[in-house]
Amino acid sequence: MFETKLFWSIEFWSFRFVSNFDFRISDLHEVMALIKKGKSFKWHRKHLLGLRELSSEEIIYILDTAKGFEQISTRSVKKAPPLRGKVVVNMFFEDSTRTRNSFALAANRLSADIIEFTEKASSVSKGETLLDTARNLEAMGIDIVVIRHSAGGAAKLLSRNINACVVNAGDGFCEHPTQGLLDVYTIRKIKGTLEGLKIAIVGDIAHSRVARSDMWAMTKLGAEVIFVGPPTLMPSWASKLPVSVSYSLDEVIEKVDVINMLRIQFERLGGNPFPSVREYSHYFGLTLERMKRAKPDILVMHPGPINRGLEIESEVADGRNSVILDQVTNGLAVRMAVLFLVNQARAQQGKEAKHEKRIYPD
Amino acid sequence: MNSEILIKNGRLIDPANGIDKECDVLIADDKIASVGKVEKPVQKIIDATGKLVTPGLIDIHVHFREPGDEEEETIASGSAAAVAAGFTSVVCMPNTKPPIENETDVEYVHRKARQARKTHVYTMGAITKGREGVELAEMGFMAEAGAVGFTDDGSGVQDPAVMLRALKYADMFDVVIAQHCQDNAFAGNGVMNSGYYSTILGLPGIDPLAEEAMLWRDIQLVRKTNVRYHAQHISTAGSVELIRAAKKDSLPITCEVTPHHLLLTEECCAEYDTNYKVNPPLRSAKDIEALKEAIKEGLVDALVTDHGPHLQSEKELEFLAAPFGIASLECALALFVKALIEPGILDWPGLVRLMTENPAKIIGVDKGTLGVGKQADVTIIDPKAEYEIDVNRFRSKSRNCPYHGWKVTGKVEKTIVGGEIRFEA
Repeated sequence: MFETKLFWSIEFWSFRFVSNFDFRISDLHEVMALIKKGKSFKWHRKHLLGLRELSSEEIIYILDTAKGFEQISTRSVKKAPPLRGKVVVNMFFEDSTRTRNSFALAANRLSADIIEFTEKASSVSKGETLLDTARNLEAMGIDIVVIRHSAGGAAKLLSRNINACVVNAGDGFCEHPTQGLLDVYTIRKIKGTLEGLKIAIVGDIAHSRVARSDMWAMTKLGAEVIFVGPPTLMPSWASKLPVSVSYSLDEVIEKVDVINMLRIQFERLGGNPFPSVREYSHYFGLTLERMKRAKPDILVMHPGPINRGLEIESEVADGRNSVILDQVTNGLAVRMAVLFLVNQARAQQGKEAKHEKRIYPD
Repeated sequence: MNSEILIKNGRLIDPANGIDKECDVLIADDKIASVGKVEKPVQKIIDATGKLVTPGLIDIHVHFREPGDEEEETIASGSAAAVAAGFTSVVCMPNTKPPIENETDVEYVHRKARQARKTHVYTMGAITKGREGVELAEMGFMAEAGAVGFTDDGSGVQDPAVMLRALKYADMFDVVIAQHCQDNAFAGNGVMNSGYYSTILGLPGIDPLAEEAMLWRDIQLVRKTNVRYHAQHISTAGSVELIRAAKKDSLPITCEVTPHHLLLTEECCAEYDTNYKVNPPLRSAKDIEALKEAIKEGLVDALVTDHGPHLQSEKELEFLAAPFGIASLECALALFVKALIEPGILDWPGLVRLMTENPAKIIGVDKGTLGVGKQADVTIIDPKAEYEIDVNRFRSKSRNCPYHGWKVTGKVEKTIVGGEIRFEA
């Protein structure tokens, strides 16, 4: 019921926006009122740093909001005004195509202005620290920072020290919350619910922020998660996580409803955690042969970019069970929802939100 | 020259002489002149009623960053912090830039310390040239210049053959070889303890084995050479086991523990606050229990701060990039009170022993006691004084101290170094 109202409302906005540039703030209030009426729950976070700290209600709230935004992309005029006049910075300190473009497009569709900031060099060698860079951007009056960084906790560090909203687009191997959200969004959209599903996450778990965000989101929504991979790519403390661990894809493949194949991240692997790519593929590659033993309605996922023939065979990646491209499509809606919600929360906290706790007392 | 100070009515704690009673101490010039009931009209009388009078505290593990990183700390600023914290002697680690690796470097530290005129500053020398773990540094010349031991602190000597050679060579000089036990191959690029928290925080971990493997190796080398060996800042339950076994075999091995390994756990890193980034990393509650048990049993020889000052701008970096270190010199005594006296692990004489007599023995200096004729290094402590730790009042140049705002008990009232009152609260 609530969702249909939200659809309608966004439809209504974009119509107005296109036909008449005289968009009024009251429209925004209207949608907020609808959200409030639909759910007693209220979103209050102005940062999205990770899924570990979110409750299942909060996760579902984002997913429901995303549903509303999904519509926009299917229409001829793919734009809505809720972030008009807001500035989003895409601060990417690591390579990314998918996530960066997805965020840029999401911000575009919500009518925000976007600054692209790409810096390969680490803050230390560059001479300017992450905080200084962010403070400088903030001085230019930005509203939302989307950050990808190779250091775990970078988004959190930023959120403590600047006033703008911070959205984590991947920090080291800590979390990649929007990926986790779009993964559960995709599963939920097809399966209806995650409750009771068995989900395998296969590959380099130890160095994967996707595995961590997936784990938090999926288990909070009631799924059972199995980490699959060689022991050398498992976190050494997996036993303390809310998952089970298997070293045998052959054993797991028959049991699961969803399988998420992680990319082997050669850039992150230290030493040689497995003897050869050939041997890895032999044990952990998702082949047509293995797929024969899987449930017929298994969902095959991959966060991309794919190493075809390594962790997944092309025929499987492009096969009928694959939802890899749906993930990308859904990612856009999820990111629109996230940008929309954090901005709302910040607007509401407004004046009271002075600088939050700093690391160092003044 | 004839200056006299009479400290009256304090509770004198001098573990080296088995004294723990109310009595007076007379200081004449730079020596302890008499201990007991002293009635003498002297110019300077300190009424120490209700206070503890102890030998000057000794911290055998500090980083004063000079030469090289004077913006973080200097021997002058570190010395001022030290006397304010009741320390009359400190031992600087040689991992400066350049490292302390010859007699000129040692003399430089001493000269800066004399100019600062606050606390006695000793230094250890590097075991290997450039702390690279390859070739031995000139231990003999450094020892003659006054280096009180050798360590490559900041990292351990990785190559077992080099370590064996260092121990053998050191036998000629009767000095202590100290080691920061950490096998780099195990530790990798770790930034915190390897455990549940490193897993969920997505930070590379340092396994306790990295420390224990090197400690085990070194113990075998000491078994072979029988040279005095000091394990610096041990932090794990496994290390405690190794030390226990080594002491049972009467090997010449000593060890030290820092306040942060007694008070803070890996969980503190959960918010990526780099003030908790330290090496060896903060471990688990189980390790803290083991260290406290070891202290209770008498397995731990010294308490040290591993005072590691760093710039705020460096500590503001990502957890991965920020440097290791906690600046805790100025609140050390109160921290040990909180960790050890309040829960009943140690009594005051026990604590004072680990901060005076024992560390003096480890570095082989004639200090840490108030025996008549000894150098007049005295600390007067108000054991009941409560205060709140405020990093902004530190004399140290750095503020990277996670204890800011802690309410603590036990304050240094006066610090007398060589018969001179160098600090008064």
